[in-house]
Amino acid sequence: MVDRALFFQRFGVAIAAVLLILFNLAFTPNFATSQTLAVNLSQICTIVIVGVGMTLVIATGGIDLSVGSLMAIAGALSPMFFTGALFPLPSLSIGITIGIIIPVVVAGIFGLFNGWLITSFKIQPIIATLVLFIAGRGIAQVSTNGDLQVFKVPEFQAIAIGRVLGVPFQVWIMLAIVSISAFVLHRTVFGKQVLAVGGNEEAARLSGIPVRRIKLLVYMICGMCSGVAGLMVIAMNSAADANLIGLGMELDAIAAVVVGGTLLAGGRATIVGTLLGALVIQLVRYTLLANGVPDPAALVVKAGLIVLAVWLQRQEQT
Amino acid sequence: MTDPLLSMKNISKSFGGVPALVHASLEVYPAEVMALVGQNGAGKSTMIKILNGAYARDSGTITFGGVQWTAGSPQQAQRSGISTIFQEINLIGYRSVAENIFLGREPRRGFGLLDWKKMNAEASALLSRFDVRVDVREPLDNFSTAIQQMVAIARAVSFHAKLVIMDEPTSSLDEAEVTVLLRTILQLKADGVAVIFVSHKLDELFQVCDRVTVMRDGRTVTTSNITDMTKLQLVASMLGRDLAEVKKKGATAFKESTGRVGDELLSATNIAIGHRVRDASINIRRGEIVGLAGLLGSGRTETARAIFAADRKSKGNIRFNGSSGNFSSPIEAIAAGMGYCSEDRKAQGIVPGMSVAENLTLALMPSLTRSGMLDETKQRQVVERFIKDIGIKCSGPDQKIRELSGGNQQKVLLARWLCMNPKLLILDEPTRGIDVGAKAEIQSLIRKLANDGLGVLMISSELEEIVEGASRVFVLREGRTVAEFDHRDISESEVMHAMAQGAEADVGPKLGVETRG
Amino acid sequence: MISFRISPSMAVVVVLILLTFLGAWRYDGFLGAYNVQSVLRYNSMFALVSLGMCFVIMTGGIDLSVGAVAAFSSVVSAYLSPYGLLPGLVGGVCAGIFAGTINSLIITRLNIMPFIATLATMLAASGAALLLANNQSVSVSYDTDFTFLGQGDLLSFIRPEWVDDPNVGFFGRALGFFLSFPTPAWIAIIAYIAAAVIINHTAFGRSVLAIGGGLEASRLMGLSVDRTIFSVYVISGALAGLAGVILASQFGAGQPIEGIGWELFAIASVVVGGTLLTGGNGSIGGTLAGALLLGIIFTILNFENGMGWISLSAYWQSVVRGVFLFAVVVLQAKLSKGLRG
Repeated sequence: MVDRALFFQRFGVAIAAVLLILFNLAFTPNFATSQTLAVNLSQICTIVIVGVGMTLVIATGGIDLSVGSLMAIAGALSPMFFTGALFPLPSLSIGITIGIIIPVVVAGIFGLFNGWLITSFKIQPIIATLVLFIAGRGIAQVSTNGDLQVFKVPEFQAIAIGRVLGVPFQVWIMLAIVSISAFVLHRTVFGKQVLAVGGNEEAARLSGIPVRRIKLLVYMICGMCSGVAGLMVIAMNSAADANLIGLGMELDAIAAVVVGGTLLAGGRATIVGTLLGALVIQLVRYTLLANGVPDPAALVVKAGLIVLAVWLQRQEQT
Repeated sequence: MTDPLLSMKNISKSFGGVPALVHASLEVYPAEVMALVGQNGAGKSTMIKILNGAYARDSGTITFGGVQWTAGSPQQAQRSGISTIFQEINLIGYRSVAENIFLGREPRRGFGLLDWKKMNAEASALLSRFDVRVDVREPLDNFSTAIQQMVAIARAVSFHAKLVIMDEPTSSLDEAEVTVLLRTILQLKADGVAVIFVSHKLDELFQVCDRVTVMRDGRTVTTSNITDMTKLQLVASMLGRDLAEVKKKGATAFKESTGRVGDELLSATNIAIGHRVRDASINIRRGEIVGLAGLLGSGRTETARAIFAADRKSKGNIRFNGSSGNFSSPIEAIAAGMGYCSEDRKAQGIVPGMSVAENLTLALMPSLTRSGMLDETKQRQVVERFIKDIGIKCSGPDQKIRELSGGNQQKVLLARWLCMNPKLLILDEPTRGIDVGAKAEIQSLIRKLANDGLGVLMISSELEEIVEGASRVFVLREGRTVAEFDHRDISESEVMHAMAQGAEADVGPKLGVETRG
Repeated sequence: MISFRISPSMAVVVVLILLTFLGAWRYDGFLGAYNVQSVLRYNSMFALVSLGMCFVIMTGGIDLSVGAVAAFSSVVSAYLSPYGLLPGLVGGVCAGIFAGTINSLIITRLNIMPFIATLATMLAASGAALLLANNQSVSVSYDTDFTFLGQGDLLSFIRPEWVDDPNVGFFGRALGFFLSFPTPAWIAIIAYIAAAVIINHTAFGRSVLAIGGGLEASRLMGLSVDRTIFSVYVISGALAGLAGVILASQFGAGQPIEGIGWELFAIASVVVGGTLLTGGNGSIGGTLAGALLLGIIFTILNFENGMGWISLSAYWQSVVRGVFLFAVVVLQAKLSKGLRG
């Protein structure tokens, strides 16, 4: 029983993904088109990018509820730079560069704030990140007064919807982030230390691993990922609405991470799994939609998937 | 001759194939105080857990109050009249004293509402029978461990317990509190309640107990009236041999030391940590194994952790390898050349989800990099070398560490430090919970390392390990260094006396506390 | 040992009173009947949800589904409103109980941690609400007296005419105010009083606190831990359901997407009110004060904007609430370190 659960835990996501693709190939018209592929991949890009950061955080045994709000902050901040609203731009490319770098850095700093609360005051991650969850979106809303910022800057929007080799640029960014972080997690000392902190924090500390520094870093990275995702969203929509950017993203990211096989308790993580997890959830939604099931039903299915995935994890642990 | 209140006969219990109890028996008569003694791992706590319903026995019979008896759960045991007072207070700190006493059976007054007045009054009355007068409405946390234990006892009594099991009740109490507790036990006895008293502190047992049962390696080896035995006989029975024979042959795999002992490596003076460690001082030289002995709660682990900077000390000075040893974190201590194998492998040692290789190189990893990446080839080389040298039985470096036996896990943890080439290795109970074969291997390994110049601080509750392995022994009692023995004077009885503050301890002249500036 | 002369909950009440005075002094009509009624009417939904959350947090758990469950129940009760007040009320509360039971089952039978279990239920309830309502608001029927629940004043039947006379004295005005107390506020107050009695004077209530203070110890002491945990999530669901009924009744429509963020408001109220997030200690009254406090911040911001001195958008309330939560959480962390140090 345990072995079977273990098998499903490890490979369940991949199997589910394959099954879903096969099912759709067989029964859903127009599935095997590049159009469909592009649509599905675009939907999951932002979730995966945030999910990568969330995977690292969960790998240390923590969690980050503030990702959606940090997305909103980054997304609200960015247009102010490249539209010249804050100060006149020497050139558009400088404006865009600043408009990309600064919001991501700011989101990273907020991520550091989360890490600081958790490491300096020993506050539970759920609660610590709840602070920014509540206040962060407010900060984004306050800085834009809740107004919609519409813009038409194709050079900026290219970061999301521009195409390279026929594939939207955001997909390339997602793949790059996934590859780099998977590499870091599994092949660098930092990555091993992250897993050790989640696996047995005290043992890690007694072995000379700088636990505090590692935690600060993962929360910062998660913040930066949220920043990047926020930029993606506004680039896709060519508009920044502080009220809506990233709404509900924390749930989607956690769902992708959990379904993908990363242990909630920390200690074992898979970045590729998060990608597959997001893909599976998206494919389920797509399958239902394409076959006439109303969209909200996907929420119910997503819920069921999460419970199943976590339950499988628990079976393995006993 | 009355019938026994409790009769456990031929109880056997194994965990995953490893036997914890082998045909063990225990009999307790009404209103008697029975001492239950034995080394760590002798089976005392397993017996108790079977009695209070936490475990189920594999075989054997239990009769309680004349009836065949099996407790399926702690609640059931409690209702049958068996209450257990644990070493760690298992009550709810936030709740009031009265609530803790009556939790689950609070007095009511109609409409399902609680009768606070009655609860508080009865709680006060119960406690005053044991001479404890406190405001029962205050949260339990506001009171000392001693008072909390009294509350636990009062709760047991309120359940009309016929048998109260006390598991190491005095380990966190000071002298005055111990006196009160012992008086309480005699009070219980006078009230007709039987008591099983588990303790390492032999003097206390001699003060209140009527009979004693000695356990060793899962069996009951001796049962007798306590007045028929001397302390040394008791210890000999616990250890399982004739003391004289032990002195001749040796009980462990620590052979004679062949290395040269060098100059001073570590000197820790006047260490204080909260109220667990008051004034501990030890020193270690290169190439020597220094033993740190003491009863549970004497502050050995705390002192070791303070040396390694795993916990902060409140007072004291440490010199290491010629310069300051007052580190602020394990990172610094490790960089200076220390290593530390903690007491609890599972909670603080292994990272269960990781492989043997990852666990072994956990501390070494930062040195195994090549352009930022982990150099897996080098890592593998190191791991395979140690697997061979120390004899770690595993299917390979990639096997998950949780699949290894306790002994092999301990070897991996030792290797974690050995691959760092430390100057000082602190070992806290290195052979606890390990089978005989692996135990011997680890003991030989430690001796070999010392012979090669490594300084070792070894904490052990097994006297023979200390006596045979260490060339010098410091004894801690209640957070203070009370004795230092040089290898010529080390004997089990001497160490025991120092640990236990015995009545026979007219060893005044021998007890010298060495302080170094 | 620090023994609290002033409990954290008392501190919240003090801050609440101070803010009320500040508002009364600074803004016209702050303490006027209309404003007070509106504030109470609107915040009673959040107060109910916070109450359920308080029970759950006291056991050391958390319930993220309360907002979605309230939305779901608002839709259910809106559909049932044409049949009358009672069917709408019962239907909505039952919807909440149903959701709460699912939470309880996942947590106690499947052994899944409350955070994940209620996260899943939150998604499912959102989905169910949207499905049931066909992605739009569901209008409530005005033919029955269903809307009385949310929009009426409970004691308005017995309101004598003379009370509304502008020349009536202080006693008359006070009585008038009392009789205009909105129905939802009455519901919330009754719920809180019942909850306070349960927590402080029943065995069940004490076991809720005990479990939060020590799960294993409680089990060893013989408490039926699973049964109690089961119950608190059902209670939370029921109260969320009740809040949903009031939502539908007050605004005239069942709204499947309302409720987002309610769980955070509830958690913040509970924490600000002095209940430990880790469970085991807390105050029902403190939760009420916390909910009112966070709600009053919204009102004050509205008034402040009306004054025109500063233009603080409503968005500032999130920031201020976040700051409050931050302060409380840090304080709790420092104090508990001191207590147990």
